[in-house]
Amino acid sequence: MLKLEKRPQPSQLWIYLTPLIAVLATMAAGSVLFAFLGKDPVVAIRTIFWDPLFSEFAFYYRPQLLVKGAPLVLIAIGLSLGFRAGIWNIGAEGQYIIGALTGAGVGLAFYPLDAWFVFPLMVIAGALGGWAWAMIPALLKVRFGTNEILVSLMLVYVAEQLLASMSLGLMKNPEGRGFPGSRNLQHYESAHNAELITGTGMHWGVVAAFIAVITAYVLLNRHILGYHIRLTGQAPRAARFAGVVPARLVLFCLGTAGALAGLAGMFEVAGPAGQVSIDFNVGYGFTAIIVAFLGRLHPVGILLAGALLALTYIGGEIAQSQLGLPAAAIQLFQGMLLFFLLAIDVMTNYRLAWQRREVA
Amino acid sequence: MDFGSISPVLLLASLMVAATPLLLAATGELVVERSGVLNLGVEGMMITGAICGFATAVNTGSPLLGMAAAAGGGAALSLLFALLTQFALANQVASGLSLTLFGLGLSALMGQGYQGIKPPPFPELHIPILSDLPFVGGVLFSHDPMVYLGLLICAAIWAMLKYSRAGLILRAVGENHDAAHALGYNVVLIRICAIMFGGACAGLGGAYISLIRVPQWTEGMTAGIGWIALALVVFASWKPERVLLGAYLFGGVTVIQLNLQAAGVAIPVEYLAMSPYLITILVLVIMSADRSRAPGSLGRPFHASS
Amino acid sequence: MTGTLLSIDGLTKAYPGVIANDDVSFDIREGEVHALLGENGAGKSTLVKMIYGLVKPDEGHMRLNGSPYAPAAPHAARASGVAMVFQHFSLFEALDVAENIALGMESPPPMRDLAKRIREVSELYGLPLDPTRTVGELSAGERQRVEIIRCLLQEPRLLIMDEPTSVLTPQEVEILFETLRKLRDEGVAILYISHKLEEIRALCDHATILRLGKKVATCTPSETTARELAEMMVGSTLQSPESAPHAAGDVVLELDRLSVASPSQFGTSLRDLSLELRMGEVLGIGGVAGNGQDELLAALSGEIRSAKGALRLKGRDIGPLGPIARRRMGLLSAPEERLGHAAAPDMSLTENAMLTGAQREGLVRHGLLQWGKARSFAEAIIERFDVRTPGAGTVARALSGGNLQKFVIGREVMQRPEVLIVNQPTWGVDASAAAAIRQALLDLASQGAAVLVISQDLDELMEISDRFGALNEGRLSEIRPARGLSVEEVGLMMGGAHGMEVAHV
Repeated sequence: MLKLEKRPQPSQLWIYLTPLIAVLATMAAGSVLFAFLGKDPVVAIRTIFWDPLFSEFAFYYRPQLLVKGAPLVLIAIGLSLGFRAGIWNIGAEGQYIIGALTGAGVGLAFYPLDAWFVFPLMVIAGALGGWAWAMIPALLKVRFGTNEILVSLMLVYVAEQLLASMSLGLMKNPEGRGFPGSRNLQHYESAHNAELITGTGMHWGVVAAFIAVITAYVLLNRHILGYHIRLTGQAPRAARFAGVVPARLVLFCLGTAGALAGLAGMFEVAGPAGQVSIDFNVGYGFTAIIVAFLGRLHPVGILLAGALLALTYIGGEIAQSQLGLPAAAIQLFQGMLLFFLLAIDVMTNYRLAWQRREVA
Repeated sequence: MDFGSISPVLLLASLMVAATPLLLAATGELVVERSGVLNLGVEGMMITGAICGFATAVNTGSPLLGMAAAAGGGAALSLLFALLTQFALANQVASGLSLTLFGLGLSALMGQGYQGIKPPPFPELHIPILSDLPFVGGVLFSHDPMVYLGLLICAAIWAMLKYSRAGLILRAVGENHDAAHALGYNVVLIRICAIMFGGACAGLGGAYISLIRVPQWTEGMTAGIGWIALALVVFASWKPERVLLGAYLFGGVTVIQLNLQAAGVAIPVEYLAMSPYLITILVLVIMSADRSRAPGSLGRPFHASS
Repeated sequence: MTGTLLSIDGLTKAYPGVIANDDVSFDIREGEVHALLGENGAGKSTLVKMIYGLVKPDEGHMRLNGSPYAPAAPHAARASGVAMVFQHFSLFEALDVAENIALGMESPPPMRDLAKRIREVSELYGLPLDPTRTVGELSAGERQRVEIIRCLLQEPRLLIMDEPTSVLTPQEVEILFETLRKLRDEGVAILYISHKLEEIRALCDHATILRLGKKVATCTPSETTARELAEMMVGSTLQSPESAPHAAGDVVLELDRLSVASPSQFGTSLRDLSLELRMGEVLGIGGVAGNGQDELLAALSGEIRSAKGALRLKGRDIGPLGPIARRRMGLLSAPEERLGHAAAPDMSLTENAMLTGAQREGLVRHGLLQWGKARSFAEAIIERFDVRTPGAGTVARALSGGNLQKFVIGREVMQRPEVLIVNQPTWGVDASAAAAIRQALLDLASQGAAVLVISQDLDELMEISDRFGALNEGRLSEIRPARGLSVEEVGLMMGGAHGMEVAHV
């Protein structure tokens, strides 16, 4: 009989092996799915994972990797701090939207003023917007013990309605001939989050994502606060014994995650997206949850996982246009990834053991 | 503004309809949580149930078969969650989230080609005499059978938890899984059954939206009702009778909000549409003062190590 | 006394890395109280779990009343007439007494009849119990009654009791023994697991002694001295801890009518605790489990803050201060629960050294962690306290109870505390580790530190304390010199029989 047996020590090997196996398993299951949809699985997998990087038109797709990866990494880094401490912010999508609204709001308010300080102010406003939106579940949790999972998620729906209201009302482009959506910030130089090096996809959001990765790495490995975050997640009672004040940690983790998500939204709205519109958000806030877990809540892992998930977005779009693969198939594909990861992760702390048949 | 167009009979009757998907999903989740498992995948199971039911009903012409398929679809998806949490001992919060993400993708994929189709109508139940009663007949006795099935399931769960040995064992497993194991109860098996029951109920709730309440298929059409159902279980302090109360309260809020939209109140549509979510948060805040009734083992993984 | 009820033959059970039971054989006769004696980790629990059907043996077999007995699950054991009272009760706090009992029965009668039978049986055996009360509100002694009555309702032929007296006052122990003797006279066999030698000598007819999974001896306890029993159990002669003579110094820690509410629903709030702790003394706080011990430790460590003026360290009010500030001032502590409270199970010993050592050992500078220093600190603890582990990189949960406890106590002792508070310092720890820990506490006191030991082990407290007090329902008894206190006096300080009726048998 096959039984699970707890390992005396978590397996270092499996910590690294799990995400790799999960990706491979997802590719295998994905192939079955694509075959089921009537597509050649080999072609589909190649289109998603190979073509964006190495095909004839890769020069066009490669920059997209940074454009799509940056918000995922930024948000996932923030989420991972909370996840490590057992604080579950799953409303990053809402914080992303609010960050975009406050960031764009500041930019639009200054229109058409041409000044160097407009963009920095937008960055601050975006971070503050996301931070404030995340402080709602944080304060409710600290003050009343309200479940942050449900509150942060409810606020996503509220944020989506706010976004709709803004793009139809307050922020609507007065010169937009009645179409919903704000002015395009790409055409307002002081507010535009432009490519820093043409043709690379590198914009300020990408820079911010790299800074976030490095900062998170130092924080988690070398700083007492990061130690307290890990301690709280693994043994909450021991953390209180060590002197951690749980409320402060909730405020810090949720606040940081909100600010980073807000930044991601702001960089997106001022750069690649260009304008506030009803369908501005595309689910980065939720995909970032997958990125955080796939990266094992480790900053460097998140960087790699963010790149991989960005690849599935880009490859998915190519597969959509070239093979007619439905967009939902890619969504499902991403969902499967998390599934396999969680399932295989059991091997880190447990091992399979053959147990002898019991003696009667 | 035209409040005159709001008829009290229709308002109350549609309240019962609006409450039914919530009631079904929340009752199912209540059983799951009473067994000590937190399944955050309600939204994913609901939307999967919605499309399973819709597709089956359209293809077979039978809404009842659709409902059965919805329950099956929800239960099948919940089985994935059960495998992750009960055998692979994965974190329940993460597994529930992944179930929702997966369910949303799966349903969108399955729903290709079902957009804009009308499903076969559900037979209205006409109860002689009762349905013809003035006012009461219109409010209480002129619904589709699913409304009554929802009430029935809720009542059955109430009775089971209160009076039956099965209910006692379920509560025991949820309160203290180590003690239940020491007494020889199969914690994992009991929890898997509870999880699948929860999945089936969520599936039914989802199909109720796509087959009866709306009735048509659009991607992401459950729009957070699964999450509200989770909040409802907290609101209900894990008691079935209070789930009923909560579902009808939320049903009322939804119906009033929609009616106000239709009546063209001066409040912008978006702000009205926010209200169910804001009210959910408000309710959570009020109820979170009282955490004492949560099952003792809720969300903790169980592994019989010795 | 008649024939053999349960015969155990060659039972063996191995877990990865340890052989919990190695070829154990002995017989239990009808109508006898049979002691199973051994240190922590000797394999007592595994053996009874096999008898109760929770664990399946790798080898060997059992016979019950002459026919083969191999319970696949506890309900099979119960059906064969084997019942068990667990050390860590298998009770459901949120459910009431009758529900708890119903859950442990194969085919319980309807609730109303069950409540009646609970009343009858509990009266008959002198263990009065109200079936409608919620278990979470019961005292430890009353909870044990729930377990015992749950067993008795099934009219068992063999009753297994795992360390039953660890949660009782001496007076309550007497009541329990009366009940057990009555059961024995009715022909019930009792397998009594304990490491308390005097109890076994007073109660048991036969004893089987386990050491490191093997049966090492059988004897008749009443004809054997406690010292002989102890040597059979441990396998060597033990050194009693020695206390260097020292005089109590100035008051360092002062509790003035300290009251704190318990953070957990079924916890015990502390009410009006007053005491003075002096430099160089060991103050022992006894009491039955669940009478406020955890709360007292939390209030002193700083995990629970207290009102202004209730708590003074060296004259300074520390009530509003958290654990970090208190540590800086020299007040250190070690909680009861090793895994999850005193140490993080999945973190390495180095990381666990950081847990409380960060401030006093200078392991943090400007918020940045000095991992190298933490590692040396962990290695120093391992070295000085003889912690058996491959190295400082090992995770805490991989250590045995005794070794981890030595690490936890060592971590605090090495930080040169002025006041050290420990809760259950030797709970679940093997005898040699326990002796080492007690010696370390005594040494610390003789170097001038004040030591407060909260423990449920009265022998331990009598051995190392200068003064003794007891917690009872969140209140503290009068504090008296430990020398010369009789068992009866100690029992009364702990609350006597807690108002539980004495058995009329």
